[in-house]
Amino acid sequence: MNKRNKARLVLEDGSVYDGYYFGSKGTARGEVVFNTSMTGYQEIITDPSYRGQIVTMTYPLIGNTGVNPQDIESSRVQVSGFVIKELSAIPSSWRQTADLESYLVEHGVTGLVGIDTRALVRRLRNRGVMRGVISSDAKAPEELTHLARSIEAFDNLDLVADVTTDVPYFWNEPIRRVPGPGPQAKPIDKTVLVYDFGVKRNILRELVQRGCRVEVLPANISAQDALARKPDGIVLSNGPGDPQAVPYAIEIVKKLLGQAPLMGICLGHQLLALALGGNTYKMKFGHRGGNQPVLDLATNRVAITSQNHGYAVDMESLTGKPVTVSHINLNDRTVEGMWSEQLDFFSVQYHPEASPGPHDAGRLFDRFLDRIRPA
Amino acid sequence: MPRRTDINKILIIGSGPIVIGQACEFDYSGTQGCKALREEGYRVVLVNSNPATIMTDPEFGDRTYVEPITAEVVERIIAREKPDCLLPTLGGQTALNVTVELYESGALDRHKVEIIGANFHSIKKAEDRDLFRSAMANIGLEVPRSGVAVSLKQAIEIIEQVGFPAIIRPSFTLGGEGAGVSHDKRDFRDVVEWGLQRSPRHQILIEQSVLGWKEYELEVMRDLRDNVVVICSIENLDPMGIHTGDSITVAPIQTLTDKEYQSMRDAAIAVIREIGVETGGSNIQFAVHPESGKMVVIEMNPRVSRSSALASKATGFPIAKIAAKLAVGFTLDEIPNDITKETPASFEPTIDYCVVKIPRWTFEKFPGAQDKLGTQMKSVGETMAIGRTFKEALQKGLRSLEIGRYGFGADGKDVWNEQTIAAAKDKPEEREAIERSIREHLSAPTSQRCFYLRYALQLGIPINTIFEWTGGIDPWFLANLQQILEMERCIRDLGRDVLRDRDDLFRAKATGFSDQQLGFILRMSEEEVRQARESIGVRPVYKTVDTCGAEFEAFTPYHYSTYEQETEVRPCEKKKVIILGSGPNRIGQGIEFDYCCVHCVQALQQEGFETIMVNSNPETVSTDYDTADRLYFEPLTLEDVLNIYQAERPLGVIVQFGGQTPLNLAVPLERAGVRILGTQPDSIDISEDRERFAALLRELEIPQPPNGCARSVPEALAIAAGLGYPVLVRPSYVLAGRAMEIVFTEDKLRHYMAAAARITPDHPVLVDKFLEDAIEVDVDCVCDGREVYIGGIMEHIEYAGVHSGDSACVIPPRSLTAETQDTIKRYTKEMAVRIGVIGLMNVQYAVTRKQGEEKVYVLEANPRASRTVPYVSKATGVALAKVAAKVIVGRELKDLGLEQQAEPSHVAVKEVVLPFSKFPGVDTILGPEMRSTGEVMGIDTSYELAFLKAQLAASQNLPKPPEDQRYGDDYVFVSVADRDKPMILGIAKTLVNLGFRLVATDGTNAFLAKNGVSCQRVFKVNEGIPNVVEMMTTHRISLVINTPLGAATHYDEKAIRRAAVEHRIPYVTTIASALATVEGMRFTTRGLSVCSLQEFHARRR
Repeated sequence: MNKRNKARLVLEDGSVYDGYYFGSKGTARGEVVFNTSMTGYQEIITDPSYRGQIVTMTYPLIGNTGVNPQDIESSRVQVSGFVIKELSAIPSSWRQTADLESYLVEHGVTGLVGIDTRALVRRLRNRGVMRGVISSDAKAPEELTHLARSIEAFDNLDLVADVTTDVPYFWNEPIRRVPGPGPQAKPIDKTVLVYDFGVKRNILRELVQRGCRVEVLPANISAQDALARKPDGIVLSNGPGDPQAVPYAIEIVKKLLGQAPLMGICLGHQLLALALGGNTYKMKFGHRGGNQPVLDLATNRVAITSQNHGYAVDMESLTGKPVTVSHINLNDRTVEGMWSEQLDFFSVQYHPEASPGPHDAGRLFDRFLDRIRPA
Repeated sequence: MPRRTDINKILIIGSGPIVIGQACEFDYSGTQGCKALREEGYRVVLVNSNPATIMTDPEFGDRTYVEPITAEVVERIIAREKPDCLLPTLGGQTALNVTVELYESGALDRHKVEIIGANFHSIKKAEDRDLFRSAMANIGLEVPRSGVAVSLKQAIEIIEQVGFPAIIRPSFTLGGEGAGVSHDKRDFRDVVEWGLQRSPRHQILIEQSVLGWKEYELEVMRDLRDNVVVICSIENLDPMGIHTGDSITVAPIQTLTDKEYQSMRDAAIAVIREIGVETGGSNIQFAVHPESGKMVVIEMNPRVSRSSALASKATGFPIAKIAAKLAVGFTLDEIPNDITKETPASFEPTIDYCVVKIPRWTFEKFPGAQDKLGTQMKSVGETMAIGRTFKEALQKGLRSLEIGRYGFGADGKDVWNEQTIAAAKDKPEEREAIERSIREHLSAPTSQRCFYLRYALQLGIPINTIFEWTGGIDPWFLANLQQILEMERCIRDLGRDVLRDRDDLFRAKATGFSDQQLGFILRMSEEEVRQARESIGVRPVYKTVDTCGAEFEAFTPYHYSTYEQETEVRPCEKKKVIILGSGPNRIGQGIEFDYCCVHCVQALQQEGFETIMVNSNPETVSTDYDTADRLYFEPLTLEDVLNIYQAERPLGVIVQFGGQTPLNLAVPLERAGVRILGTQPDSIDISEDRERFAALLRELEIPQPPNGCARSVPEALAIAAGLGYPVLVRPSYVLAGRAMEIVFTEDKLRHYMAAAARITPDHPVLVDKFLEDAIEVDVDCVCDGREVYIGGIMEHIEYAGVHSGDSACVIPPRSLTAETQDTIKRYTKEMAVRIGVIGLMNVQYAVTRKQGEEKVYVLEANPRASRTVPYVSKATGVALAKVAAKVIVGRELKDLGLEQQAEPSHVAVKEVVLPFSKFPGVDTILGPEMRSTGEVMGIDTSYELAFLKAQLAASQNLPKPPEDQRYGDDYVFVSVADRDKPMILGIAKTLVNLGFRLVATDGTNAFLAKNGVSCQRVFKVNEGIPNVVEMMTTHRISLVINTPLGAATHYDEKAIRRAAVEHRIPYVTTIASALATVEGMRFTTRGLSVCSLQEFHARRR
C-alpha cells in the first residue's frame, strides 16, 4: 500500500515517531528543531546555520515546487536530516529542475516523511529541542534512544569550522528577482568583507546588489588580515550553533570593533554581544520561521522577519556596555538587535537577507551602506 | 497608539440581504466589528436590513436599525444618531457603495461624520478601474491591459488596444455580476451592452484576458503606523476565468516557491500602501502565468470580504475584529492574539494543515439556467475543510457539500463507476464517448467539474492533457487527485483486508476516505465499516487551529480531525452539549439556521453548559472560534459527528437548529447510541411521515387539505382524480420545496411522477389538494412538553402556491379575524404537545375564505427551527431560539416568564430577495419551489410603511409618484390573469390617482377601459413596436405588475419578467403584492422615519 520503506525518528527522551524515509537511506543524527515557514524549504535545507540539525517543517506539504539551481543558500544541503509530513508526488513549478527527493539523495541526506510532525513540534515546544536520530534501518527504539543520547551536545560544539570557507573568495552575483529582471545592481564602489561563519548567499547577493565588492573570509582569518584589506565595512555573518563555542571568532570581533563599520547578522550579532562582554544563552526551542514580529524601538514599527537561531543575547548582560538594544521580539521580548554609535556597529538577530521569508528588513542593508557610503 | 478618545459613537453599515456574492460572511465580520468596538467602550449604531443576522441582535449594538440600506435612509439615521464616524469596511460592497454615495452627496460633511477604516479616496482608487490601473503603474506593478468605457463606441476604441479575448466587467457590482468574456468581434457588442446594463454607474472595464493563469489572493492588514502583515495566502485550484467565489480554493498557496511568494507579498504590501487603506484588511488578487511566472494584479477590495472570512477561519486570525480595532487607532502590536494570548497580532499566521474551500451551487433550483461557471459568480454558499493534506481536506470538503457525495467519488454517485470506466478502456467507441463528455465538462467548466477530473484520471488521461483541457489546473493538484485514486485502487485490491490492518486502514482514512466510501468500495454498509474500523482502534485525532504551527500554546479549542498520532482535545469538567450547524448555505437553508445555532450556543452558555459547535461553513458566525466554547470545523455527516461525540462524550446532541442537515442525522445518530436533546427522533418522524401526521391530525380533529400518498403513477392519478385538480405534489422529506409543483392537469402529473422517481426513489410522493386563493400563515412556537409559547403568527402576502420561503409576510397578521388567530394558536398548541415537541416548531397553515367564513387547514408542521425564527424574534423582541435552547436542557416556559404571547404595537414585514439577475434565461415567476437567497425586514408603525421599507431594502426601487420625478419614466405596466382582474381595478385607480400613467396589453387594457380607468394599450413582444419590452429597455416603465396566466408560462410574460430583472425595474407577479405595493407607494412622498429595534422593543414592554 505504500511504496516507501519504514524509518523512524527517536528523540533522546525516548519518544518515537514512525514514518518512512525519503532521500538517502541511512542514519541522520542531530539536534531536532522545527521551522514554521510555509515556503522556502530549499533555502532552509541549504542554510549553513542548520548545520548539525535535523529540521522539521511544521507545514505538512513539502516538495511541491521541487528544487532549482537558484534558490540555494550554500553549495550543499546542510541539514543533517529533514522531517516532513508529506512529500509532494510531483514537483510543479515553472522553475523546477529536479524533485526534492533526488536532491536529498544527491546530497546524501536522509529525510523522514509521514510522521505526525505536529506532535513532534509540540513535544519540542514543551520540552525544548532535543537530540535525535532518524534511522532507515529497523533498529529498536531503545537502541536509537541510546544513539541519540550519545550525540555530542550542541553547547560548546564548533560547527562554524564545518561550514566556513577554507580560503577567501570574491562574490559577484547580485539578487535575482523572480520572475522578472528586477532592479539593476548598483555599480561597484565599496569594499565589504564578510566573515563567513556559515554565511547565507543572499547576504552576499544583497551586498553586491547595493554596489559592494564582496570578499568572503574564512572564520578564523585574523582581524589584522581583514583590516589590512582596508574595507569600507565588515559584515559578521550568520552561522550554526553556540556562539560561545567559537572563542576565536569572539576574539577576532573584539579586535574589529571600532576599526571599521560593522554589521552583525544572527551568529554575528551574538558574537558582537560576547565581544562586548555580554552573554548569550540557549533558548528552549529557538526562533525558526518567517513570521517573527520584531519591533524597532526607535521607530516603533514592526517588521515581520525571517529567523533561525537557537541562542540569544541576554538583554541584562548588555547593561553598562557601550551598546543600545534597538530591536526586540514581540512574541517573547528577547533581544533582536543592538547598535553602538561609539563602536560603529549594528547587529540583528534575524535575517534581513530573508531567503526564505519576508523582505521587511531588507532596508538594514541600506542602513549599512548609508553608513559606509554617506550621502 | 492607544484607541482614539476623540470619538465616541460609531456607525457600522451591514451588507443587507443575502445575495449571491454577498452572504453571511458579512454577518460574521459585522458581529466581530460590533463586539470589538463595544469591548473598547464605543457606542455602536448599526444599520442592516437583514433580520436574520446576529449583528442585528439588539445586544450587539447600542442602537440597531433594521432599515433599508439606502443613502437616504442611512442619512436619516445619521441625522438622528449623530455618530462621530462611520466604519464602512465590514458590510461588503453594499456598505462601500452607500458610503461613497453619502460622501458624494455631501451628507457626511453636513453631519460631520468621519469615515474610518478606509477613506473615500482609497475606496475610489480601489474600485475605479482607471484610478486603480494608474495607481498600480505608480508602484511598478502590472495589471492586465484595460480601459473603462461608458458606451459601446468607447468600448470599440478600447478593444483595439486590449485585444481579444477580453473580459468585460461592470463597475461597482458584487460577485463580478455581469462580467463576461468576449472572444471576438462577433460577440463583443452583446457582451458590452450586457455589462453596461449591469453596472449601477453604467460603466464597464474591458480587460486583457488572463484566462488560464494561476490565480492567487492575499489577505493583507495595515495599521496606522504603516505596519503591514499578510494574514493568509490563497491559491485557486481553478485558474483565472472562473470567479474566485466559484473556484475551489486552497490555503496556503501550494505551488509557489518562496522567491515567488515573497515577490507577491511585496506587491501586496505596495498595493495596500498605494491605494491608501490606512487601517484594516484588504484582499488583493493576483494572476501568475504558469510558464513564465509573470505576475499581474487583478483587483483589490479595500474591505473585509468573503475571502477574508475564509482566511480568518483558515488561520484562526479574526480579520474583521482586528480591522475594527485598527480603525479606532490601535496598532497591530497592541492587540493580543486571542489564541496564543502571549503573542501580539502583529505577525503572520502560519498554518500546519491544508484548507480547501469548495463552492456550493444550486443550479437545480433554476430550470433554464445553464450549469456553466465563468467570471460571474453563481454559487450560493461554500464549505471549508481542514486536513493535514490537500487530499484529506478535499475529500472532507466534498462530503461537507450536502450534495449527496461522500468524497472524491467512489461513493455510488459517480456518473461512471470504476467498472464502467475500466470496461470502456478496451472499447474505443465507448471510451471516445466518455472522453468527449469528460472533455466538455472540463473545458467548459460546470459545478461537477471536480468529479470529471476523477473520471479523466480514471480513464488514464495524462495530467498534462487534463491541464490543457481545464485551461490550467496546476499539475500539483492533479497529481494529488491521482494519489487519491491510487489509494482507492489499493483499497479495492486489498478488499476487506484493509479493515484488518491498522496501518493500511489508517492510511486510507488519512487520505480522506469516509466510511461511506470504504463501504461502497468494499460492498459493505457504512455501519459495518465503522464497526470494523473502531474494533481495530482506527479513530481520528483532533488537531488545533492555532495561527502559529504549534510554536505557542493555543488556548482556543478550535479543532479539525485527521488521522495521526496525537490528539489535542482537552478534558472538561462542565456538562457538554454538541450543537450541529447547518453546513454550506444553499437556497432554503441559509443564515437563518446559523442564527438559530448561535442563539442556542449563547443560551446554553448562559445556562452553564460547555457548548461544542460542529459546522463546515466558513462564512458563519457559528464557526467563529469566539462563539461556542469549542469549535469543530468538520463535515456534518454521521461518521464525522459520531467521531466527535466519541471524542467529547457530551450530554447529548442538539439537531433542531441547523435546518434539515442535522435533522436528517437525528435518526441515524440515535440508532448509533447518541442521545438527541430536545424533540426526539420519533416525534420528528411523526411530523415528517405524512401517514402518521395525518392520523395525528384526525385524532386532534384538525383539518388538513385532502391528500394522499402515492408510490406509483396510477396511484397518483387516482388520488388526484379524487381530490380534483389543481393538486400540489412533492416528494416526502424535503426542505425548501425542492421538486414541489402545483399540477393542473393529468398530463403534467404523469410527467412529474416520472421525474420524481428519479429524485427520491425511496420516498413516496405526496399529493395534496391545492387550495387556490388561500392565505398562507406561518407560526413559530416553542414547546416545553406541556406549555406552548407562540412566537408569532405571520400572514403571507402572496397567496398559497408561492413557497413560504419566497413569500413576503407580515407580523401581526393583517387580515385574519381574531377567531381565526385563536384557532391557529389552539391548533399549534395541540399539535406541539401531541407530537412531543421539546423546543421549536414551525407550522404552516392555509386559511380559506368563503362568504366571510374563514377555515384553517394545516399544511405541515416541522419540529425544528425555521427560516422565520430570526424574523419573528426581531419583530417581537423575544429570541425564540434561545428560549427553545433553554427548554431543551430542561427549563420550563413558565420559569422563563413566557406565558403570554408578545403583542407588538408595530408592524414588521419580511420580504425576500431573489437571485434572478445571476441566471440569464430563467423565468422569474414565484412558485412552490423556493428560490430566494435572502430576506429583509421592514419595520414601522403601519403595514404600508413597513411594506415600503421592506421593498426598498430588497432593492425594489418603487417609483415615486410623478410630481417628485425628474424623468418621464412614469408608466406602470399592467397585465394580469383574468381571475385577478377584479382586484386590479382598485390598484389601477390608486396608481392613476397617484399620477402614474398606465400601459397594458390588449386584455387588461380593454378591461380597465371598460371600467373607466384611463390606460394606453401597448403591444405584446411579437405584435410590433412600441411593445412592452422595448419600453422597458428604454426606461419608460417604472413598475411592472404582471400576474401569470394559470399554469402556463407564456413566452411573452417570461420576456417581460426577464426584462424587468435585467433593467432593474421593480416588478410584482402576484396580485396580493401588487396591492401591497401600491399601498406602500402612497407613502413614498412623505419620507420615511427611522427607529431602532431597541426602541421598538422597549415600546412593546
